[in-house]
Amino acid sequence: MAIPKPRNNSGADATAQRRIQRIEMCDIVKRFPGVLANDRVCFDVKAGEVHALLGENGAGKSTLMRQLFGLYKPDEGEILIDGQRVEFNSPADAIRAGIGMIHQHFMLVPTLTVTQNVALGLKSSREPLTDLDVVAKRVRQLSEEYGLKVDPDAYIWQLSVGEQQRVEILKALYRNASMIILDEPTAVLTPQEVKDLFATLRRMVQEGHGLVFISHKLYEVLAISDRVTVLRDGRVIGTRETKDVTRDELARMMVGREVKRLRAQPQQAGEPLLQIRALRAMGDRGTEALRGIDLEVRSGEIVGIAGVSGNGQRELAECLGGLRKATAGTILVAGKDLTHASVQQRLQAGLAYIPEERMRDGAIKEFSVLENMFLLDHASPKYTHGIFLDFRRMREHAAALVKEYTVKTPSLETPIKNLSGGNIQKTIMARELSREPRVLVAAQPSRGIDIGATEYIHQRLLEQRASGQAILLISEDLDEVQALSDRIAVMYEGRIVGIVGRGQATAEQLGLMMAGVPMEEAMGAAPTAPTAEQPIEVSSVV
Amino acid sequence: MDDILSVAALVGILTSAVRLATPYLYAAIGEAFGQLSGVVNLGVDGIMLVGAFMAIFVALGTGSLWLGVLVAIVAGLLMGLLMSVISVTLKAEQGISGIGLYMFGLGLSSLLFKVLFGTVKTIVGFQPVKIPILGDIPIIGPVLFQQSVLVYGAFLLVPLAWWILEKTTWGLRIKAVGQNPAAADSLGVNVNRVRYASVCLGSALAGLAGASLSLAMVNLFQENLTAGMGFIAVALVYFGSWRPAGILFGALLFSTVNALQLWMQVLGVKIPADAAVMLPYLLTIVVLALTVSRVRGPAALNRPFERGEA
Repeated sequence: MAIPKPRNNSGADATAQRRIQRIEMCDIVKRFPGVLANDRVCFDVKAGEVHALLGENGAGKSTLMRQLFGLYKPDEGEILIDGQRVEFNSPADAIRAGIGMIHQHFMLVPTLTVTQNVALGLKSSREPLTDLDVVAKRVRQLSEEYGLKVDPDAYIWQLSVGEQQRVEILKALYRNASMIILDEPTAVLTPQEVKDLFATLRRMVQEGHGLVFISHKLYEVLAISDRVTVLRDGRVIGTRETKDVTRDELARMMVGREVKRLRAQPQQAGEPLLQIRALRAMGDRGTEALRGIDLEVRSGEIVGIAGVSGNGQRELAECLGGLRKATAGTILVAGKDLTHASVQQRLQAGLAYIPEERMRDGAIKEFSVLENMFLLDHASPKYTHGIFLDFRRMREHAAALVKEYTVKTPSLETPIKNLSGGNIQKTIMARELSREPRVLVAAQPSRGIDIGATEYIHQRLLEQRASGQAILLISEDLDEVQALSDRIAVMYEGRIVGIVGRGQATAEQLGLMMAGVPMEEAMGAAPTAPTAEQPIEVSSVV
Repeated sequence: MDDILSVAALVGILTSAVRLATPYLYAAIGEAFGQLSGVVNLGVDGIMLVGAFMAIFVALGTGSLWLGVLVAIVAGLLMGLLMSVISVTLKAEQGISGIGLYMFGLGLSSLLFKVLFGTVKTIVGFQPVKIPILGDIPIIGPVLFQQSVLVYGAFLLVPLAWWILEKTTWGLRIKAVGQNPAAADSLGVNVNRVRYASVCLGSALAGLAGASLSLAMVNLFQENLTAGMGFIAVALVYFGSWRPAGILFGALLFSTVNALQLWMQVLGVKIPADAAVMLPYLLTIVVLALTVSRVRGPAALNRPFERGEA
């Protein structure tokens, strides 16, 4: 193990002096009103290892680690650092002890530069003045050492998500954190960025850092960790050496039962219901995001859109949903031109839309489950008496949907923001699918959702397909696209670079197309070649 | 109409403009500190009133203008502390508590005025201090370098505030806390302490703004002396996009129009006095409507900080 490097005069004096060898959390209990988030949890992490903390959403992973980082105080139990009992009242205490945390939602100030974000909260060597030049120098040094490419003078708002994460890691390294907690670090990254991140993490482990890797993605846990602890409903199900477990075993520990892996069975498709022709649209940054999309989805067919995020998938979904203006081309639903139609007209034409940003575009956070179920149909004569809402009818209908879609909610009146991601998504699906649409656009339907709910959502999509709907499935999860789609269209830089039928292309070939390699060339490539190179994009969850 | 175009009139107008900008500068720059940390304080006007009264009361009582200024600053600080407790610790809605603070300041200053003064009292306030050499430059000399100490102080505050915000660790913390308190907290910055300090500094400056009004400009106190100046100061913070230089520009623009209308009245230009008085305020509204939409302020403005909330 590497000896800690002597620190230069970087003014990082609020940081740990000594490397931690081992952290133990013993019998941790944490209660929130009505919830036992951690129930006598024991967990430990050693220098020079990646210890994965695996579990579904709401299993208590983040809660456990937030206690280690001083954001919450445990109700019971103790935390030992190298055998010494410690108590953290704030993150500042944890940082001083040598612990760093990379949060799922980045803790960065967008209006400040990379260097300013790193320097924030530290004593400067020139108090009261800042010593940003000194900090920038050390940041450059660290980013070279660990392969964390980022411009110290750039403003955070100018950076990509992957770069922002690198800043977060630099912040921890700059503070000499020897134990670093990563809370779902891959959730927002592209496959290439995941690869880079893993390389950095391996580098850190070599340097003697201990890492806690929080995730619900089995594949990643198997790829990066030395040990894995599975949490379910706030309890530890078990801790294993990663080399001794299989993916199925971990899935079973995580969910508590066997997990089915759904595959679409071949089925005859009918007449085209969604037709997209030469569609063009602008992106948020003023550049053209869609550069002529031609695509057709037929009745009883799922067409999957695969691609690395940022290649126009989001804009395509928004154009179809009526949230973004098409600059050219046409969108036909069941033969009707909806290119410039209002959202209302799209709904009437039988188009349903499950948005990627479900909390921003799919639901109103503060509204109850009941209210969210009726965001579209509140004015329908079925649920009104004149100008009054017929709450009895609405409740009956909502209760039936909650039951049918197995939405786990304490009541219909519960604000939707209190539900887990999976249950929010089920609520949105219930609302959209109960209107019996003819065309469904589902954008990232399982992103950030646990295995159990994902399984349900997939099953539901297949049922809709069987009933003759045309489904456009946009997903960055290649496994999901491959499992469900009759045809896969690969998007790259606002264009569709190729459309392949079920089973016609391997994950490796699709991966090449996603990276911009033309279809003929990608399909000609030897299917075995790039597997070792690109393990992440070829299969992630379930 | 000839009079208003003469050099003498021009110098007069500009000299007044620089002088009139003084309380706005103190108050608006103070308010900017609070807002950059995430707290809107709408009580500025009330704090200015209390500051203005305390300053003249203490100055008349002790014969020391400087003691009056000091007491005004302390009074402002205490009111800032009150605002902080309510909006930072107790997490009350900032807009409402600020208006409450304004009413409190208005009522308190009126009450003290009635009980302790009874009638309007005047004072010999701070006199213009001519700066050697610079003060002799034609036009610029009388406009910029023959002013009172409190006027100089207000203009020196502009680069000082910029320096604090851009060059010090404290400035970095203030901006971070106003933009993303959770991030600052996760790095060990005490969010509430930074907010307390910023609001209290801002309020102390509002107290000083009041003192500059009663001791260096009108040299008297009457009920509701400020007549809404504190609210204009809040508007100037938006107008100046939370930047000291922007606030300086806004304050000068506003005070120049104000000086112009005053001189128009003095020189007997025939427009109704009430309409003339309206002019600067109308300008504020128009300018704000045209400019404010382009800039984005502190993202956490108006939002109390709760650890662990996403």
